[in-house]
Amino acid sequence: MMLKLGIPSKGRLQESTIDWFAERGITVSRSGSDREYRGSVSGVDGIELVMLSASEIAGELAEGRIHLGVTGQDLVHESVARWPERLVELAPMGFGHADLIVAVPAFWIDVDTMSDLDAAAAAFRAVHGFRLRIATKYHHLTREFFRRHGVADYQLIDSQGATEGAVKNLTAEAIADITSTGETLRANHLKILSDGLILPSQATLFLSRSAPWSGTAAAALRALCGRAGLVEAGRLPDGFAAG
Amino acid sequence: MVTDRAYLKGARIGPGLARFEAEVERIMAALGGPEAARVDADILQPADLLLDLYGEDIRARAFTTRDDGAEMMLRPDFTLPVARLHMASQAEAAQYVYCGPVWRRQEFGSDRPREYVQAGLELFGQDDAAAADAEVLVRVQAALGAAPVTLITGDMGLAIAAVEALETSAVRRAALRRHLWRPARFQELLRRYGAAHAGVTAGRADLLAAVDAGRVSEAIEAAGTVVGLRSVEEVVARAERLSREAAQPPLTGEAVARLEAVLALKGSCDGVLADLRRMVADMPKLDRAVNRFEARLAAFRARGIDPDGLAFEGSFGRTTLEYYDGFVFGAVAMDRPDLPPVASGGRYDALTRVLGQGEGVAAVGGMIRPEALMSLSEGAE
Repeated sequence: MMLKLGIPSKGRLQESTIDWFAERGITVSRSGSDREYRGSVSGVDGIELVMLSASEIAGELAEGRIHLGVTGQDLVHESVARWPERLVELAPMGFGHADLIVAVPAFWIDVDTMSDLDAAAAAFRAVHGFRLRIATKYHHLTREFFRRHGVADYQLIDSQGATEGAVKNLTAEAIADITSTGETLRANHLKILSDGLILPSQATLFLSRSAPWSGTAAAALRALCGRAGLVEAGRLPDGFAAG
Repeated sequence: MVTDRAYLKGARIGPGLARFEAEVERIMAALGGPEAARVDADILQPADLLLDLYGEDIRARAFTTRDDGAEMMLRPDFTLPVARLHMASQAEAAQYVYCGPVWRRQEFGSDRPREYVQAGLELFGQDDAAAADAEVLVRVQAALGAAPVTLITGDMGLAIAAVEALETSAVRRAALRRHLWRPARFQELLRRYGAAHAGVTAGRADLLAAVDAGRVSEAIEAAGTVVGLRSVEEVVARAERLSREAAQPPLTGEAVARLEAVLALKGSCDGVLADLRRMVADMPKLDRAVNRFEARLAAFRARGIDPDGLAFEGSFGRTTLEYYDGFVFGAVAMDRPDLPPVASGGRYDALTRVLGQGEGVAAVGGMIRPEALMSLSEGAE
């Protein structure tokens, strides 16, 4: 069985992924029209290219249906339970930087930290009769982060897009979302809490431990990692490094 | 296997099921008495009520589902549903027994069961709290029989009283009390109010200066456009609270040590009572809680439970869902780390006050996990 490599199906993430491999002597090329999600890999034998959305790549890696995949750490950490047991971070790729953060209205001069947010949430609940609402699509990461900081009296509100607008729209009092430059946050009158960094994320090449690692796939992995300088970097996990 | 149930092989069909059902019947008979009524709770419970009472963490523990209506949860336990049923019934005093499955989400890869049975009893509106606490423990012990479990007791009322006994601002006491069930955050608050107080205050210099100068509104205006439901007044109110907090003297090391000593109590109930009697000298406000503790031990003795042989831990109950506010207990099979507590329970008067919007009722109960109990005699899988 060939090694299945999943890369983002379009946009900047795909371009940067292709560039990243090209810099390492591996040519990833699309075939056919722009809309046809097909392509090939040259420079290393035995690799089949699969183009998927970044969130699908996280799921396919977790299920072991692809061997390698390029996707955001935020998506893997959020959607793949106990990911360190199931996936390996082979290489952070240096692009697609985005931080998952907690942000509140900038005029909340009394709230700079998660500890402040907890105290403000308690007071908010006493005044309004319900728990302070945090809009996010990163439910697991946010809940775990709030639990670790001992924040009580909050509730999560699902927001799948334009989360920064939730406060203005009165559907939430604060948000947990990804940001790269912070510009959208500022435009929506929000600020990041000083200890509100949930996860710094970037595009990463992941390996699926549960994928069917046949001889061909394993050989292709070693060849790819050799080419990309990942073997020297000691990135290959035990069991994959040996020939 | 499809015929297995939580902790028990083959107990879903035929002789295995018959043995299980007989065991449940025995447990229910031991838990109930002539005055106990059966109660049956909905499996699907409204999620908003559970979320409001237990907090967002319940979403990680319970199965949620929804149709076109509101979000629902598969009941994660019986305490809240039974308390709701009792309060809706308008009855004053009542005893209930129940039995049925509950559901809990488990982590990926966990082999902990997602569905298991709970059998329990709840006593409402009993005026004599100590006697009711003892009644629950006696019946749970009877149901446990000679099972190889260790009973551990605690008293969240004592822990709460130790916080209330702190000579400091009501705001600090309320914050500490609120986080008793989150030990790490509790320690962090003790630090912020005590050893780290100067540093925390220094970190807020700008805000505190604005409050002192009467320029909070200006500072808020300069910080950004007002958005969202939390109002300027709420920000101002908290800024002023922070200013008062900064002016409070920090908690002394001795005060923190006295509080922590109560939470660290460990030993036989009788031994702990002797320790508490000594502690009351330095913490006179602990007196009422210690008297309640002593009355409970007397009630135990009256029902044939020897407090000298009963273990007590000052922090027992601090990592459970936060509805217990008095006597708490659990029965643990020490040589079976794969099992959750075989029995647990406690007093939750405060929960009924939240449910009844201020109108509470005395409430204490306990539950047994029949499958876990039975697996102790049928052996591990």
